[in-house]
Amino acid sequence: MPARRPTRLAKWLISGPPLLYLLVFFAAPTLIMVLASFRSPGEFGGLAPLVDAAGKLDINVDSYVRFFTEPVFFQVFVKSAWYAALTTVICLLLAYPLASLIARSGKKHRDLLLLLVILPFWSNFLIRIYAWMIILGPNAALAKLVNRVLAAFGAQPVPLLFSSFAVLVCLVYVSLPFMVLPLYANLEKHDQALLDAAQDLGANAWQRFWRITFPLSLPGVYAGAALVFIPALGIFAIPDILGGPDDTLIGNLIKQQFLETRDWPFGSVLSIMLTLAALVLAGTAAWIGRRSAGDSRA
Amino acid sequence: MALLDIKGVTRRFGDFTAVDNVSLSIEAGEFFTLLGPSGCGKTTLLRMIAGFDLPDAGRILLNGEDLADRPPELRPVRTVFQSYALFPHMTVEGNVAFPLRMAKVAAALRPARIKAALEDVRLVGFDKRYPHELLGGQKQRVAIARALVTHPTMLLLDEPLAALDAKLREELQIELINLQKEVGIAFVYVTHDQTEALALSHRIAVMNRGRVEQLDEPSRIYGFPQTKFVADFIGQCNLYSGPVTANAGGVVTIDVAGLGPVRVAATSSIAPGASGTVALRPEKTRIAAGAAQDTPDNHYRGTIAALRYMGDVTVYIVETPGGTRIEALLANSQSGRAKFFEVGDAVEMSWPVDAGHFLAE
Repeated sequence: MPARRPTRLAKWLISGPPLLYLLVFFAAPTLIMVLASFRSPGEFGGLAPLVDAAGKLDINVDSYVRFFTEPVFFQVFVKSAWYAALTTVICLLLAYPLASLIARSGKKHRDLLLLLVILPFWSNFLIRIYAWMIILGPNAALAKLVNRVLAAFGAQPVPLLFSSFAVLVCLVYVSLPFMVLPLYANLEKHDQALLDAAQDLGANAWQRFWRITFPLSLPGVYAGAALVFIPALGIFAIPDILGGPDDTLIGNLIKQQFLETRDWPFGSVLSIMLTLAALVLAGTAAWIGRRSAGDSRA
Repeated sequence: MALLDIKGVTRRFGDFTAVDNVSLSIEAGEFFTLLGPSGCGKTTLLRMIAGFDLPDAGRILLNGEDLADRPPELRPVRTVFQSYALFPHMTVEGNVAFPLRMAKVAAALRPARIKAALEDVRLVGFDKRYPHELLGGQKQRVAIARALVTHPTMLLLDEPLAALDAKLREELQIELINLQKEVGIAFVYVTHDQTEALALSHRIAVMNRGRVEQLDEPSRIYGFPQTKFVADFIGQCNLYSGPVTANAGGVVTIDVAGLGPVRVAATSSIAPGASGTVALRPEKTRIAAGAAQDTPDNHYRGTIAALRYMGDVTVYIVETPGGTRIEALLANSQSGRAKFFEVGDAVEMSWPVDAGHFLAE
């Protein structure tokens, strides 16, 4: 079989470099992290020696025990999941009409609108977050307006910045394009004939949306939800910069363990738990999605 | 009163007039076809009946009621779309159930209605399949069952067989004829395929450039076309135009360049000097090797310039010395012979005066 060897070689040549990249920069660090989670923290950060002066091997599950026995960590996880879920829902509600509008506009307008959706990516992520500091700051027009309205109703003034509100607003802001794009890609492919047929068969505008457009857009909704939810779950920069003292999320906790507390093993445990949580939640969502899609078909 | 009255309906898209002052009536229980080339306005007219488009002028009345203010979902007509437009996320059963749900038919009553509709289109045992698991002909049946399940007063079909292969198309044509008889409601059928129109319809409206050129029964559309366009569009046709030289005794004589005088039976008051056209179907000509006999027929000498052997018949293109071409069709009914003539053979064309059809201009 002289013809087979070159094709196999070609396969390896094509898939080799990305495979190597993933091995070196994803699989290996993950493995190191898993190994680190079973060790003790070093005196000045890093890890304690594998074999200490007494000849004792440093392998333990102390960090895991700590994670599962102190409820504060679980609470942070729940809070992170709540923020991420809220962000996902708000993004979906905002992105759906926007994506429909873009999908339905003419070719010329469509490209311009898509450009506007991805335009924020042209400036740096951190700069965009700092911009929100200014927008929500106490001396900005927005805060003044809100507090004037509140004062009119006799309420105490509130700070917009350094609050859960600021974190959520910014999370929605940075996540929105990731919801709009998959939704647009899905809605753009919808066949107008299906909506015509539904209307011909007696469906009003709401019924056409709910029975035809929405169920057919579910793959886009799931893709967008995953792209928003999973990054939002691990975010740390936004609560760091815009959040108040109560807005510590898992991302912040992990960053603290590595950069401030210098407890690498516990930071590794938190990272592993975050990865597992994302996997479980995404898997559950996909399973529910498949089931509900099956139900609407039946 | 007709079931559907279309009165002076016009639809323009910018400078283009898609439907130009069309008036016609469709009777209850009729198989009515809108036939014409693409862009003739037939689909626009159908969409206006369904409610997807509104006339710029004129009125559409169903059972005497003006439909102008009724959106598609409130019109008692149903459309079968060219692409079938089956809902991909619903089973066959779900698709057929859809209009019943929209009409708020009680869930308990739906299964019997769905079953009956699927039996009408001879699609049994596919209830749980999804559209992507069906063949073209089966999809078509689902689309029709879905449109009929709510018992509409009229079914609109937009080139429903265009996407199917020839064999299946013929099969479904027969089924459509039977189905229409069974359900007894008016079918308004849009097609550009003249054989399909002739085979299916009770009446045909031949459309061209937004206007109805002729509205008649299939046999009259084919046998007695009223315009050159209809004669040419429906089947093959030799068209010869020229000045009228005589009109006497029910026979009009036209002088055709390159052919000579052509005589055609016609009850026309046309005066000599005016121009007229003779439409002549290829199958109504006679083609023979021998010399002309002494008959009152039209006779022309020529040679076979080209031929198309089509199995059951052969089409011969005969060229006269004057350069005019006559298309003749001969059935290959004699066993053991594929065709009667070869290219280059000298032949004698003839046809009786009543074979052609006279069109005044």
